[in-house]
Amino acid sequence: MGFLVFKGGIHPADKKELSADKKITETIKPPKVIIPLSQHIGAPCKPVVTINQEIKKGELIGEATGFVSAPVHSSVSGKVISIIEIPNIMGRMVTSVVVENDFKDEWTLLKDNPDYMKLSPDEIKEKIKNAGIVGMGGATFPAIVKLSPPKEKPIDTVIINGSECEPYLTGDYRLMIEKPSEIIEGLKIIMKVLGVSNGFIGIEDNKPLAIESLKKAVINSEGINIKVCSLRTRYPQGAEKMLIKAITGREVPPRALPMDVKVVVHNAGTANAIYEAVRFGKPLIDRVVTVSGEGIREPKNLLVKIGTPISHLIEECGGLKENAVKVISGGPMMGFAIASLDMPVTKGTSGITVLTEKEIVHTEKFRPCIKCGRCIDACPMGLMPSMLSVYSERGFFEGAKEYNLFDCFECGCCTYVCPSKRPIVHLIRLAKTQVKP
Amino acid sequence: MDKENNHSKSFIVSVSPHIRSDESTGRIMWSVSASLLPAVIMGAYYFGPRAIFALALCIVSSVFFEFLYLKILKKDITINDGSAFLTGLLLGMNLPASVPFYIPVAGSFFAIIITKQLFGGLGYNIFNPALIGRAFLLVSFPKLMTAWTEPSPAFIKIDAITTATPLGILKEEGYTKLIEIFGDKANLYSHLLYGNRAGCIGETSAIALLLGAAFLFYRRYITWHIPLTFIGTAALIAWIFGGNSGLFSGDPLLHILSGGMMLGAFFMATDYVTSPSMKSGQVLFGIGCGFLTMLIRLKGGYPEGVMFAILIMNCFSPLIDRGFKSKIFGAVKKK
Ligand code: SF4
Ligand code: SF4
Repeated sequence: MGFLVFKGGIHPADKKELSADKKITETIKPPKVIIPLSQHIGAPCKPVVTINQEIKKGELIGEATGFVSAPVHSSVSGKVISIIEIPNIMGRMVTSVVVENDFKDEWTLLKDNPDYMKLSPDEIKEKIKNAGIVGMGGATFPAIVKLSPPKEKPIDTVIINGSECEPYLTGDYRLMIEKPSEIIEGLKIIMKVLGVSNGFIGIEDNKPLAIESLKKAVINSEGINIKVCSLRTRYPQGAEKMLIKAITGREVPPRALPMDVKVVVHNAGTANAIYEAVRFGKPLIDRVVTVSGEGIREPKNLLVKIGTPISHLIEECGGLKENAVKVISGGPMMGFAIASLDMPVTKGTSGITVLTEKEIVHTEKFRPCIKCGRCIDACPMGLMPSMLSVYSERGFFEGAKEYNLFDCFECGCCTYVCPSKRPIVHLIRLAKTQVKP
Repeated sequence: MDKENNHSKSFIVSVSPHIRSDESTGRIMWSVSASLLPAVIMGAYYFGPRAIFALALCIVSSVFFEFLYLKILKKDITINDGSAFLTGLLLGMNLPASVPFYIPVAGSFFAIIITKQLFGGLGYNIFNPALIGRAFLLVSFPKLMTAWTEPSPAFIKIDAITTATPLGILKEEGYTKLIEIFGDKANLYSHLLYGNRAGCIGETSAIALLLGAAFLFYRRYITWHIPLTFIGTAALIAWIFGGNSGLFSGDPLLHILSGGMMLGAFFMATDYVTSPSMKSGQVLFGIGCGFLTMLIRLKGGYPEGVMFAILIMNCFSPLIDRGFKSKIFGAVKKK
């Protein structure tokens, strides 16, 4: 170990100072929540509640329908008032359960099990599966899948991703400061399930307080090999492949998964959720969401119930400023711009970033590629984004494919650096829809 | 409409990333132009008002032709991106100060209209416009384009004395004669460094050009890959084959500092559009430029070879780019 770098990447202003010192606070209870039954990569859930049914907090409302799937639970107690179709951030329609909050906060069974470390790996996995935990960094891949590698793919390393390299976002940062032991416990649980003795926590060096906090927590937990790694701050340090490269020196081959190089990566927030699920049986019904950006009056880190409308969060943060022009679910590099504030917070909502005219770029007026090569130097995947964008622009999608179109994970580095302001990611996505991998 | 406004504000929905660096094509072009200022000042100092006139005319006509073309074709007028300005400036720096007024105009026309716009405009041209402009002039007006005048600091002499460039002397009369003219080696080098020698307006002062190049390095607008390999290759060849007393007796410093080597290697060969985008390809490109320059200087019919060397390598840029694909993250290294 000890490489701590990857090739390419960029240094956008991290803007974390807007919300970094704000303690995680719980939002005011929302009068109703809208809970989508598909908040993860994989098969959508099947609803198991009916309209007018009284339900408790933490009660199952959507059942997983396959191996790559995750159950969904109610984040409040109250009454199911409707089951509707709403668009998700990608514009796809998703069946969602609307629950009216009775403000009683009545939980279904929660049981503290301080001896959770004595559980067998299979028992632990069952708990994680039932809790509906997914990757909380935004990828929303069901956690249980990563914890069940096939036999022929042994795992020797677990990494907790505390990089949070997107500008503005500070939710994981706050978690690492406020709940370091929980994260470490989560890591230990994951290591136990996978039978691994090497654990790492990778944090960018622009978060010294988080590094310190976790280092302290590691000292307190004896007899286990966990290392907190301070990584050079550079976007996209938090991308799985880059993180693995930086910490272990291993490169995940194109189209392969971390488990192909014997590594499993979980986000810091996910580790916390895993701990809560295994120890208390708590399903994933809330998460930390950073609400930040120059367009919001009072940036905050909020503990939010899944299904809470984004408008509720915005209000809680003093509302939008007059000059707010763009609302993003997630961070500004990879997040999705949303059209309506009625959308609910889901398991993958790491933040809400509100930008003003000053920060955004209008991409309608882009210039031709001047072949400056900046995008090539910035691409962490070693692609040639200039060629991809030019081919796609001309409609020659097969050509783009030859330049490894499908290895692009849309991190946005190329587009960020392009002096001609070319919408490279947009053109790449377009090409991806036009040719088969 | 009203209802919508009252109900909720409409937000911009566009694809990520939502933020961009503040670098822009315009900023790059203007910065490169600014980095040429020291060399322009030295050119004006040594070659007088005629130099300033030629430079100004090149810039004005380049920008004008760009404007005209875009206007006629009803395209967006993008002259403030600085690219036509830079082309004009570079063309002017590549002319002798004594040229009559129609030379800058004809050169600009060739550079902007023929080389750049007819190939599709910024980003699509294969050849460096300023260099094609100059090549066209050299071929069409060989006498005028090689009418070098003696540098005359402080604008003293009205009628400039015609003379030859150091490389011209080297070619025609040999190394010993060149040293004789300048007194001794040290004196020759110092003339080359300051720019007190016959040559194109903007190419003579090595110090001023290096100052500008340092600025571009500092801003990371250029990297070492092209200029260093260009100059390094040329120096090596000059040292090995450039002398008249057998191998390894050449004078590399003379070759580096004279002709258009400094201007060409740092400011023209590094043009993004007409050079390879991959760093590995740029190394090959630079070596090619250096090699061809020396081939022309030592064996060719012209005393100077920088311009043709770069233009020839421009042809190969697309090919080089195709040959040097980047290494994909995680791809298995070939044994
Ligand atoms: S978006 Fe794709 S092409 Fe662009 S830098 Fe990221 S991985 Fe490379
Ligand atoms: S950064 Fe933009 S202009 Fe430069 S090579 Fe890439 S696509 Fe072309």
